[in-house]
Amino acid sequence: MSNSEKVTAAAGRPAIADKVRESLGKRYRAEQRFQLYGIIAITMAILFLGFLFASIISRGISAFQATYVNLEINFDESVIDPDGGRDPEVLHKASYRGVLRQSLQDLFPEASGRSERRALLALISNGAEFQLRDLVVENPELIGTRQNVWLLAAAEVDSVVKGQVDLDLDESQRRMSDQQVGWINQLQNDDRVERRFNTTLFTNGDSRDPEQAGLRVALLGSFYTLLVTLALSFPIGVAAAVYLEEFAPKNKWTDLIEVNINNLAAVPSIVFGLLGLAVFINLFGMPRSAPLVGGLVLTLMTLPTIIIASRAALKSVPPSIREAALGVGASQTQTVTHHVLPLAMPGMLTGTIIGMAQALGETAPLLMIGMIAFIVDPPSGVTDPATVLPVQIYLWADSPERGFVAKTSAAIMVLLGFLILMNAIAVLLRKRFERRW
Amino acid sequence: MQRAAILTGVAARTNFKQDHEGCLPTMQVTPLILVLLFLSVIAYYFGKRRSLQIAESHGGVKNLHSLPSYYGAWVAFWAVVPVLLMLLAWKTFEPRALNAMLINELPAEMREQAPDRVGLSVNDIKNLASGNITSGDVTPEIQAAANRFNELRRSSTVSMTVLAFALLGIGGVWTYRRIHPNVRARNNVERYVRITLIVCSSIAILTTLGIVLSVLFESIRFFQRVPWTEFLFGTQWSPQTAIRADQVGSSGAFGAVPLFTGTMLIALIAMVVAAPIGLMSAIYLVEYANRRVRAVAKPLLEILAGIPTVVYGFFAALTVAPMVRGIGTSLGLDVASESALAAGLVMGIMIIPFVSSLSDDVINAVPQAMRDGAYALGATRSETVRQVVIPAALPGIVGGLLLAVSRAIGETMIVVMAAGLAANLTANPLSAVTTVTVQIVTLLTGDQEFDSAKTLAAFALGLVLFVLTLGLNVLALYVVRKYREQYE
Amino acid sequence: MSEATTLTDPIISAHSRVPEMSIADVELPKETVGDITADHPTMTTRNVDVFYADKHAIIDVSLDIGRNEVVAMIGPSGCGKSTFLRCLNRMNDTIDICRVTGDIKLEGDDIYSKDMDVVLLRARVGMVFQKPNPFPKSIFENVAYGPRIHGLARDKTELEEIVHQSLERAGLLNEVKDRLDQPGTGLSGGQQQRLCIARTIAVNPDVILMDEPCSALDPIATARIEDLIDELKQNYSIAIVTHSMQQAARVSQRTAYFHLGHLVEVGATDQIFTNPRTKLTEDYITGRFG
Repeated sequence: MSNSEKVTAAAGRPAIADKVRESLGKRYRAEQRFQLYGIIAITMAILFLGFLFASIISRGISAFQATYVNLEINFDESVIDPDGGRDPEVLHKASYRGVLRQSLQDLFPEASGRSERRALLALISNGAEFQLRDLVVENPELIGTRQNVWLLAAAEVDSVVKGQVDLDLDESQRRMSDQQVGWINQLQNDDRVERRFNTTLFTNGDSRDPEQAGLRVALLGSFYTLLVTLALSFPIGVAAAVYLEEFAPKNKWTDLIEVNINNLAAVPSIVFGLLGLAVFINLFGMPRSAPLVGGLVLTLMTLPTIIIASRAALKSVPPSIREAALGVGASQTQTVTHHVLPLAMPGMLTGTIIGMAQALGETAPLLMIGMIAFIVDPPSGVTDPATVLPVQIYLWADSPERGFVAKTSAAIMVLLGFLILMNAIAVLLRKRFERRW
Repeated sequence: MQRAAILTGVAARTNFKQDHEGCLPTMQVTPLILVLLFLSVIAYYFGKRRSLQIAESHGGVKNLHSLPSYYGAWVAFWAVVPVLLMLLAWKTFEPRALNAMLINELPAEMREQAPDRVGLSVNDIKNLASGNITSGDVTPEIQAAANRFNELRRSSTVSMTVLAFALLGIGGVWTYRRIHPNVRARNNVERYVRITLIVCSSIAILTTLGIVLSVLFESIRFFQRVPWTEFLFGTQWSPQTAIRADQVGSSGAFGAVPLFTGTMLIALIAMVVAAPIGLMSAIYLVEYANRRVRAVAKPLLEILAGIPTVVYGFFAALTVAPMVRGIGTSLGLDVASESALAAGLVMGIMIIPFVSSLSDDVINAVPQAMRDGAYALGATRSETVRQVVIPAALPGIVGGLLLAVSRAIGETMIVVMAAGLAANLTANPLSAVTTVTVQIVTLLTGDQEFDSAKTLAAFALGLVLFVLTLGLNVLALYVVRKYREQYE
Repeated sequence: MSEATTLTDPIISAHSRVPEMSIADVELPKETVGDITADHPTMTTRNVDVFYADKHAIIDVSLDIGRNEVVAMIGPSGCGKSTFLRCLNRMNDTIDICRVTGDIKLEGDDIYSKDMDVVLLRARVGMVFQKPNPFPKSIFENVAYGPRIHGLARDKTELEEIVHQSLERAGLLNEVKDRLDQPGTGLSGGQQQRLCIARTIAVNPDVILMDEPCSALDPIATARIEDLIDELKQNYSIAIVTHSMQQAARVSQRTAYFHLGHLVEVGATDQIFTNPRTKLTEDYITGRFG
C-alpha cells in the first residue's frame, strides 16, 4: 500500500472515534447508576440486619436485671412453727404469705381495707413466699428473728422502676395505681429497691409471672435435644457421605440416594414435624414433648446438611493420597478409615457444627411433636417432657404482659449468643485445620 | 407427694421431686447400652487373644489371614450388633404392645367405651402408674390397672434384658469358637462396615418414603371425609368438627383456596423485597466490590441467613407490624394489625441471603474469558454485567429464585407469629391473611383427638405443601440443567 | 518445549539435537538490539515496566507497532509477551495487583493519561484471545454487540451491514450466513475464533492485538486464520503473540524477541530468523531452550 492510500484508509477512523465519544457520557451515567443500585442493595440488607439487632437488644437488655425489694421480715414463730417442733413438713406448709403481708403492712401502716392491702401485696412477686419458705427450711434458726430479706419484686414494679411505664397516663390506663406508684417511690427513697443481675432468667423454669419466668427448662431441653441430634446425625451423616463418595458404584440406586438427599434439604421443616407426629409419636408411640423425639426429627432434618458438607470435605482430599495407600496394599476400607477420613475430618466437623447451629434454631417441627407444653420442671433425661429455647421464645412472645416482651428479647439474645458461639467455633476450626492442597 | 409446680405455675425450686418412674425406660436402656459397649470391648479382647493363641500354634501371626484385631472385631460384632438390633425393635414396639395388653385386661365396661374415652382412661392409668396427676378421680379399677401396667412394664424390661444377654452370649461364643487362621476376618468386618454404610445412606430414602407415606396415608383418610374437590377448590375455610357427636356447630368448611392465596400473597411480597436486593447485592459483590468490602459484606449477609425464623417472627409481630400499621393509618389506609405486608417484608429480609448467595455462586461461575471479551470491545462494566454476564448466568439465577420461592412458601414461624388466622380471600397486602403453614400449626397444636377431620386436614395441607415445594425444586433443577451453557 | 524438537523449516537452521540450556543460564544484553521504531507507527511504547505486586514482569521495554503491518512477539513461555500485549489496551487494569509505568501512545495520545477514556481506547485497540470466547448469544448478536454499545449504527439496516461486512472480512460469512441467529457457541473452534475476530473488527479499531490466537486450534483452522491475518493487515495494525516460530515467520513483517521480561532483539522477520544478532535470540531460535 502506498503512503497516500494508507492515510485515506485511516481517515475513516476519527469518525468512528467521534461516534463513540458521543455515547460515552450516557454510558458512564448508566454505569454510575448501576453501581449505585448495588451499593444501595447491600446497604439496605445490612441496615435491616442492624435494625433487627438494635430492636431486639434494646428491648431485651433490661430483662437481664431484676428488681428486688428489701423488706424486714418477722419470722414469727407463731405463724411458721406454732408447736415449735421444727418439723420440715410443717415448715414447708406454713403460710409465708401471711408473714409477707405482715411485713408489708408494718412498712405501710396506712394501707387499710382489703383492696388496698391486696394492692400492697401485689408489689411483691408471687414467688416471694416460696423464697421465704426455702430460706426457713434451710435455716430454721431464722424462726423467731427479724431479718432484712431481699425479695423479688412483681413484674409491674420492675417495669415502673426501669422507667418503662408512662406515669403521665391516667391511673386507669396503667397496671399500677397512683397509690402503688407512691409506695414504690417511698421504697426507693428508703433505699429498699435494688436492681441486680437477673439470675432467675437462667435458674427458673417457665412461669405465668413474667418476673419469675426463666430459661432453665428450655436450655436443658435444647441441650438434650441437640445431644440426641448430634449422637445420631454425625455418625449416620459421615457414614452416608463416606459411602457415597468412596464406595458407591455409579448406578441408579446411588443416583436415587443423591436425588433424595438434595430434595430433603429443600423440604420445609414443618413437613418433618408432620413426619415426626405421624411416625414417631403415633406409630411408635414415643412420648410426646420428649427431647428424644425432637432429636430424631432434627436428625432427619440435619442429615442432608451434614452429608453434603462431608462429601465436599471428602472430595477435597486429593486422589493421590488414596492411590498411594492402595499402592501400598491397603484395602479400600483401610484407605478410607486410615487416610482419607482423618484428613477430611475438620471439614466434616465444621459442617456438623453448622448443622447443629441450624437445629438449635428450629421451631416448627418441634411444635408439631408437642414441645409446646407449659413445662415447669427441668428434664433429667431424654424421655422427659421438655421444651427448647426457640419454642420458649415463641410461647413467651404470645404472652401479653409487658414483662414478657423484655424476657422474650432477652431469650432471643441468649439464643443468638449460642448461635454466634457455635458459628465462631466452626469458622475457627475451618481456619486452623483445613488444608489447601 | 404432689408436685405443686403445675398447679400454682410457680417455678419449683423445691427438691421434693417425685421419683421419676416416667423415665424408667431411659434409666434401663442407657446403662444397658453402656454395659453392652463394655462387653463388646471384652469380646474384642477375647477374640483378639484367641486369634493370637491360634496364630502361635500355626507358626506366627503372618499365617493368619487377617490381623488379630480383625478377629477381635469380628467376635465383638457378632456379640453386640444382634443385641442392639433387638433392643431397637423391642423399644420401638414396646409402647404399642403394652398399650394393647393393658386395654385387653381392662374390665369390660371400660374397654367398650367410646374410643376417646378409652384413650383418656389409658392416659390416666399411665399417669397414675408414673406418679403424675390424673384428670379425674382415682377409682379402684384405675388403680388396679395402673399397678398391672407397672407390672407389665417391669416384666417387659426384665425379659428384654435377659434376651439381650442371651443373644450376646450366643453370638459371642459361637463366633469365638469359629476363629481359625483361614477365616477371612478382615473381609467379613469390612463387609459389615460396608453394609452399615449402605444402611446409613439409605436413611435418606427411608425418610422421603416416610414423609410421603405418612402424609399420604393421613391425607387419604381426610379425603374420605372431605371430598378433594372441596378441599382444593373451595373458598370457605373454617375447620370445625364436633368433639362430641352431639355438639352443635359440627359443620366444617375445608376449602383451602384462601390459604393458597394467602401463601402466594405473602410469598410474592417477600420475593419483591428479596429478589432485587439479593440479586443486586450479589452482582455488586462479585463484579465491583474489592476484597475488603467483600470480606465484610458477605459474612454480614450470611448472618441474616443464620438468624432463627422465630426471631424474625418476633421482630415482625412486635416491631414491623405496628410500624406498618402506623404508617398506613397516618396515610389514611385501613391496615390490619397482622397485615400480610408486615409478614411478607420480614420474610423477604430472611430470604435475601438465599437469593444473594445462590446468585453469587452462579455469577462467579461465568468464566472470566467472557468478561474479557466484552471489556476488550470497550464495554463498560455495567454493560458487560447486564448484557453478557447476567444472560450467561440467567438459568442459575432463575433456579435460585425458584428455590427462594419454595423457601418462602414453606416458611412457618414468621407467618405464625405475624400473620393472622383469618382465612381471607384477598389480594390486598394490607389485610390479614393466613397461610398453609399457619393452619397446619393451628390445627395440630390444639387439643384434638388425632383422628378428627380437623387434624387430618393438617396432613392434607402438608401433602399440598410437600408436593408444591418438591415441584418447585425439581423445576429449578430442570431450568438450570437445560439452559446452562457448557463452559469449556 | 515441543517446538525445539520439531524444527524442520528451512528458514531455521537445522540445529536439532543441540544441547539443552536452562533459561536462567544466559546473560541478558543491556539494551534492545535492533531498531525498535517503525515508519508512521500506530502505537509507540517507551520504557514500559509492569509489576505484579513485587514481581517485575516487564522490564524497560520500548517498541513501536507499525502501521498496517504485523509485528510478532516471540519468546519462551512466561516471559511477559501476553502481559506486554495487555498493556496496549489496558486490559491489565482488570487485575488488581498489576502496575504499569512508562509511556504508551496511540496515534500520539498517551493511553494512560487521565484524558484517555478506557472504553474509547478499547474500541480503538481490539483484542483476540487465546481461547475463543464468543458470548452466549447468536452469531449476529456476537458481532453486533460492539457497534451496539458504542452506538456506531444509526439504525437496524446499518447494523446489519456492519455485521455482514465484518463476517465477510473475517472469512466467516459464507459459512454462517443462513444461520446468523444460531448461538455462537455452536460453531467449531476455528469458526468461533473467526467469529471473535469478526466481533473485534466490527468496531473498526486501529490496532488488533492477538494473544496466541491459534494455539487452541487445529492446523487447518490455524492456516485459515493465518491467511486472514495476512489480509487484515491491509486495514489494521496487528500485534500478535505467538509460541510458534514458524507462524511468526509466516505471518509477520517484524519480530520482537522477549526473554524474562526484557525485549532482547527486534527487527525484520527475515533477518531475525536467518541472521539473529544476539546469541540469546539465536539460541532460542535454534531450540536450545524452549
